[in-house]
Formats: sequence, C-alpha cells, structure tokens
Amino acid sequence: MCNSVIQVEVIIPTQTKYLDLIGSIGEHIAKELDDYSGDREALAYHLNLVLTEATVNAIKHANFDDPKDTVRITIQIQENELNIKVYDHGQGFDLESVPLPDFEHPKEGGMGIFFIRTLMDSVTYTRQGDCNVLEIIKYLS
Amino acid sequence: MNLNLEKTNGCTVLFIKEERIDAHNSDELKETILRLIEQGEINIIVQLEQVRFIDSSGLGALLSGHKNAAAKSGKLAIANLQQQVLSMFELTRLNRIFEIYADLNEAFDNET
Repeated sequence: MCNSVIQVEVIIPTQTKYLDLIGSIGEHIAKELDDYSGDREALAYHLNLVLTEATVNAIKHANFDDPKDTVRITIQIQENELNIKVYDHGQGFDLESVPLPDFEHPKEGGMGIFFIRTLMDSVTYTRQGDCNVLEIIKYLS
Repeated sequence: MNLNLEKTNGCTVLFIKEERIDAHNSDELKETILRLIEQGEINIIVQLEQVRFIDSSGLGALLSGHKNAAAKSGKLAIANLQQQVLSMFELTRLNRIFEIYADLNEAFDNET
C-alpha cells in the first residue's frame, strides 16, 4: 500500500506546552499518508491524541531532579506499520497494572493509557539502558 | 486559556475559545469551573464549538466540574461538540454521564 518510509524524531523539554507540537506532527502525518483507505480524519485525531497522551505520560514520569531532562519521541512508518516510541528518563511504571477505567463511576484520571490501548494495535513499556520506552504500533492496512 | 462567560436564562455559559484542551491548559479549565461553582454558579453549560481536540485531562476537567456541580445540586452540561470530540465522550462512555446538547438553544430548552 505505502512503500515510502517516514521517520521523525523530536526531542522536547519536559513541559506540557510542547504537546500541541507533538500532537500536530501526528495529525499531519495521518493527512499525508499515501493510499490510506480508512477514515483519515479519525486517524489524524487518534494519532494526535495518542502522541499527546504518551508524551504527557513521559513528562509525568520524567526525572524532575534534572531540569534539563527531555522526552524523545520517534515516529516511523514502514510497510503499513506506524511505530511510535516515547523515551523517558524517569523511574518508570508497570503498564500491565494500569486498570481499565470504571465506566460506571468514572474518575478524572487514568484514561490516557486506555486511549492508547484502545486506538492502537500494540503497546509495550520496557526499560532500555537508561531510558524507559513506551512503544506503540498501529497497522495502517 | 481563552474563555468567555455569559449568564443567560439562569445558566452560566462558559465559551471555550481554544482549539485544543490538553494537559497544558486543562488545570486552568478545571480551576475556572471550580471557582464558578464555589461562587454559587452551579448550573453551567460548557460551549465547546471551537474545540477540535480534547485529551483525557480535558475530559477529566469537565468530569470534575460535573461532579462538583452535582454535589451542590447543580449541573454541568456541554454543548456544540465537534464530531471527533464527541467520539471521545462516546469512547469513554462519558456521553452517558453528561447531558450533551447540539447547541445552546437545545441546552436552554432542557436546562431552564
């Protein structure tokens, strides 16, 4: 479907004012995809949302002892697979222990990971060297 | 966060003048709504016509307002949702918690 390779790498300070920038990159990528047959507007929103939530998550788990701490985000599309990696330098967390939201008694927090899991095809969070990596995969076929 | 307040038909209408509600400005939205409720403005309609993106923290800010208004026997409803924003309420089932109106006229017909 889409043979071209897109690769983007962005490094931001651990500040929420950069969320719009990161989300917008995802939205633009969705709109530029060759031959995507699904709902492009929905994909654009979903990539904006997932990148926003993943980056907030990394900022929340950042190393606040280091004012120069950064979050690194890579986005790669190759052979119908969109791969997002978000790197943080914090203590990390246990992705598997994040519960589903209680839809009957909704709480203010805890919906970010739910969005990522629901809208994308695969999510993992692993330690790699001195970083934690949230890796998100979406199949575009 | 850019927003306007209007008192109409016994309701306080909060017009959000931003395209995006995310973790950068959602605390401000939450605080604004809480302050209104503390001042006795317990019937609030949040008009989201200009908002084309909301994240989990933005939904959380509105949910906080909904709970706090209800705790004072008031109500926080929302109006003028763009389609993609509405789909976030549906995905989180928050469309079953909030009264969601197509526009302010419909909101006033039902809330006043």
